Amino acid sequence: MSASLEIKNLNVSIGNKQIIKDFSLTIPKGEVHAIMGPNGTGKSTLAKALAGHPDYEITSGDALMDGESIIDMEVDERSRAGLFLAFQYPMEIPGVSIANFIRAARNARLPEGEELNAPAYYKELYEKMDTLKIDRKFTSRSINEGFSGGEKKRCEILQLAMLNPKYAILDETDSGLDIDALKIVSEGVNALRGPGLGALVITHYQRLLDYIVPDKVHVMYDGRIVKSGDKSLALELESKGYDWIKEIAGDAA
Amino acid sequence: MTTAANNIEIDRDKGDFKYAETHKFDAGVGLNEGTVDYICDVKGEDDWIRDFRKRALKVFQDKPMPTHWATKDLENIDFNKIRYYLAGDQRAKKSWDDVPDEVKETFERLGIPENERKFLAGVEAQFDSEAAYSNIKEAVAKDGVIFMGSTDGLMEHPEIFKKWFGKVIPTGDNKFSALNSAVFSGGSFIYVPPGVKVSHPLQAYFRINAENFGQFERTLIIADEGSEVTYMEGCTAPKFDTATLHSAVVELVAMPGAKIEYITVQNWSSNVFNLVTKRAIAHENSVVKWIDCNIGSRLTMKYPGVILKGRKARGEVLSIALANDGQHQDTGAKMIHAADDTTSNVISKSISVGKGRSTYRGQVHMPKHLKGCKNNTECDALLINSDSRTDTYPAITVRGDQNYVQHEASVSKVSAEQIFYMQQRGLSEAEAMSLSVNGFVNDLTRQFPMEYSVELKRLIELEMEGSVG
Repeated sequence: MSASLEIKNLNVSIGNKQIIKDFSLTIPKGEVHAIMGPNGTGKSTLAKALAGHPDYEITSGDALMDGESIIDMEVDERSRAGLFLAFQYPMEIPGVSIANFIRAARNARLPEGEELNAPAYYKELYEKMDTLKIDRKFTSRSINEGFSGGEKKRCEILQLAMLNPKYAILDETDSGLDIDALKIVSEGVNALRGPGLGALVITHYQRLLDYIVPDKVHVMYDGRIVKSGDKSLALELESKGYDWIKEIAGDAA
Repeated sequence: MTTAANNIEIDRDKGDFKYAETHKFDAGVGLNEGTVDYICDVKGEDDWIRDFRKRALKVFQDKPMPTHWATKDLENIDFNKIRYYLAGDQRAKKSWDDVPDEVKETFERLGIPENERKFLAGVEAQFDSEAAYSNIKEAVAKDGVIFMGSTDGLMEHPEIFKKWFGKVIPTGDNKFSALNSAVFSGGSFIYVPPGVKVSHPLQAYFRINAENFGQFERTLIIADEGSEVTYMEGCTAPKFDTATLHSAVVELVAMPGAKIEYITVQNWSSNVFNLVTKRAIAHENSVVKWIDCNIGSRLTMKYPGVILKGRKARGEVLSIALANDGQHQDTGAKMIHAADDTTSNVISKSISVGKGRSTYRGQVHMPKHLKGCKNNTECDALLINSDSRTDTYPAITVRGDQNYVQHEASVSKVSAEQIFYMQQRGLSEAEAMSLSVNGFVNDLTRQFPMEYSVELKRLIELEMEGSVG
């Protein structure tokens, strides 16, 4: 059985519009892959479709986690099977604290009848909050309510750290972050890297990839991958710009 | 979609709780002077009470139904078919086997203790809590606190009772306060002497006995100067009753510097019309806080009020209402400012699920001659499904140029994006919905005593299960 997140000839539409076109990619456990591309090219759509967002329809193709197809699973089933999405725009949930939210998420993964060990949970939560430099006062604040962009993104990584997924998709986790926040978030992600985690980092800018160094880089354009390479591809893209990509895509079509 | 929660509703409507009732005292069906005489005779009441009741009966008969502003559903109450007085040990002779599985499951889900379940399901007439009740009585009696049934209070302490009875809520206030004044029975009478701060909340729950299961309760609480008391009534567990009309009256009197907190959690079965009049008089520097939670009943109409009679008095109403299919929660508050520098605060959170309907009615009154008065009102409504309904009718009258009123209202729904976010963390759609709804009322449930807020949380989860899918 393959230990990977395998996307096979995926086609995704929203309404009548096709966004993802015959998309294929394999992310083995233990590796970090990056996807870069201009705006409107389908990067976030890919992330949401893999997570199971109801607005996006998978018209054909498949996605498999460790050999098991996930496209017919409910959003929460996929999550419990080990898929995590760090949102580009995390939602506010008024009246639900960070502590309670993560606790509910952890409880959802426990077998029926089992309850979380509260002291152990809080100890772990505080340790991880400290590492991500999230003030402990935030524990009781409603999740994402009134948070700055940087605080929201760090909160996403806190959830990533607390839920220990097998595969993580980070959707433009660097947007809206200053250098310090970027470093903290990257350290948080890097601390989780290992043979048990496969990660897909979606980003607009090369800068994040200086901190979260990818094993492979893929460039996406018009709903498909047009070029793949190692981390140097990101630097090449940065210096040549996205017009270069349009050329390549044009050649490939 | 049929779920356990929906099944409970359907069973209640079908009246699965029809069973042979034998009562020691039964005034029969319908209401007339003879009914009032029967009640007085059984209780052995003094003439002044008999007269009081009879005058109230006349007022009740003369007043029209307030359907010019309230829901026309009121017209479905058939006063001739109601039993106004029932008492006696044989009240509920039903077997536990007859209780529907869904009901038993609700008790299980809410974590209701075993020994309470039979009482709540109407299988046992009396919750064997006499012991608990006596203990509380003894503990507070040492400080001179009087805590007894209203019938006993009326007989044993007429001097205190008569001073305030019917003064906070006059008989003619509305049709249903008149009804209650004619046939009241049960409810609590509490007097707290000056300076005494009752440390443990007093509970009505222990006191509900075979005497009409809370149908026409009359409660009177007097907190003398500088005293403090908290009173709790009701419980989150659904209370099943064949009696379709509940019309209670609660009068509170906070003497100067006193503090009264009155907490109600109502979860009557969906055949019940729950029409309640609750009001407090707050004297100088006193505080009255109503914490009101309405989950059950077919129709609840209840507007806890405070008359801010003395300078610097403070009134608060914190209200949570949840209306599901076939339910209408028509609730709100009344803050009548009658002295300078008085403050009032109203926070109302309502949730409408399925075809449920919530209504907020808030009256704030500040006359011209007063100064330094402040009111803050916040009413938030959450609509869960596309057929859910909510209405807001604020009635604010502020005169004079040194008073201050602030009113905020919001209507929201749990967005699909919020649900997606929560589901992506592993919560099922139903779990995500309950978490959102619990979050919505969190500010208020935090102020309930611990056991209540835990039960409330579970109850909301149960109600929300039927709303998705």
